[in-house]
Amino acid sequence: MSWQWFHRLGSPRWFYHNSARWLAWLCPIAAVVVLGGLVWGLAIAPEDAKQGNSFRIIYLHVPASFLALAGYYIMAIAGAVGLIWKMKLSYMVMKSAAPIGAALTFIALFSGAIWGKPTWGTYWVWDARITSMLILLFLYLGVMALQYAYHSIDAASKASAILALVGTVNIPIIYKSVDWWYTLHQPATIKFTSAPSMHPDMFQPLLVMIIGFYLFYAVALILHTRSEILRRERKTSWVRELLKPKQEFKADKQVGKR
Amino acid sequence: MHPLRKQRLQLVILIVVATTVVVGLVLYMLRENGNFFYTPEQIISGEAPQDVYLRAGGMVVDGSLKRADDSLWVQFQITDGIENLTVEHTGILPDLFTEGEAAIASGKVDENLVLQATQILAKHDENYTPPEVADAMNEAYERKQEALGEERYKESGGDQKKYYLDNTK
Repeated sequence: MSWQWFHRLGSPRWFYHNSARWLAWLCPIAAVVVLGGLVWGLAIAPEDAKQGNSFRIIYLHVPASFLALAGYYIMAIAGAVGLIWKMKLSYMVMKSAAPIGAALTFIALFSGAIWGKPTWGTYWVWDARITSMLILLFLYLGVMALQYAYHSIDAASKASAILALVGTVNIPIIYKSVDWWYTLHQPATIKFTSAPSMHPDMFQPLLVMIIGFYLFYAVALILHTRSEILRRERKTSWVRELLKPKQEFKADKQVGKR
Repeated sequence: MHPLRKQRLQLVILIVVATTVVVGLVLYMLRENGNFFYTPEQIISGEAPQDVYLRAGGMVVDGSLKRADDSLWVQFQITDGIENLTVEHTGILPDLFTEGEAAIASGKVDENLVLQATQILAKHDENYTPPEVADAMNEAYERKQEALGEERYKESGGDQKKYYLDNTK
């Protein structure tokens, strides 16, 4: 098997140039899907028989939690690729995924707390689901902190990648926590093995929001990675070239005005 | 794959497998200690620790909720299908607290095996239905129950007493 395509993908320069094209269509699609899903879920979908309108926070809570978990695997796999192939771009993706994942985990915990007050009667309990989700937030923050704990980028990347890999064990625990232990949090509504225990009128907008969050995640990750590429590759000739012509172009314009 | 990369891949797999085994063993040792609450059966059988602050969870038994006229005192029973545990509490119940739904009570179990709760939490399930659909489902369920009742009434040959006994079992 030839790994050439893989190594080309690992070139920061190639990624920077091509990702601009991806963003051009990914950004509007993500915006449309997220906004459409929000309007559909918050305004059009029927209210819940027991919880009334307070259940609508599910349209933020579940997609954010989904991506907080999926994003961790993306970060860990990027770290593993970096460790195995010594790929610079992969480490940059790993570093970029950490703050996005931390933000999504925080949104999941925060929206869960807001949802918990009117339904459970409390903002927070230390049950298995909520505690394991809090550990996920700390893992993300740990990866972010490790990035700044070393002078050498290489050492920071390796340490972060190992922490990211060790933390992957937490993802199935979060997912299965509601089945393994008695928790205050209810079991999953969306299951891999059977139909969702939700009316289709309510489930369809939720599905749209989940897809929308995946797209939003892709946009956020690409944008973060692009700025990380510029920061780390600022001394390379192609980044210098990239910044130079713009200044010349400006000068040209001024000449033209005169 | 380059042998050096293969070696690093093996190292990555080792890290993931080793942490999974270690954490898996820790969780296996934790088992029930990871639970957020005890079931009524665990408390009544004495499996749950006594004289300590604990949580009990279960379905609120239909028709068991009693309220005081002049205070916020409430009494109800929760069940896990095996045992019923009586819970007493003085305070406001969560909005979603109703008979037939799950609830979690935290407090101490007194000598009469009554949980004197300081906090009541409502536990909701993972099912979401619009009100109209829920109403229609309840109606269909009631109709089915009525039809079932009529059938039993006919089976009992119009014997009022037998019908009553059959239905209150």
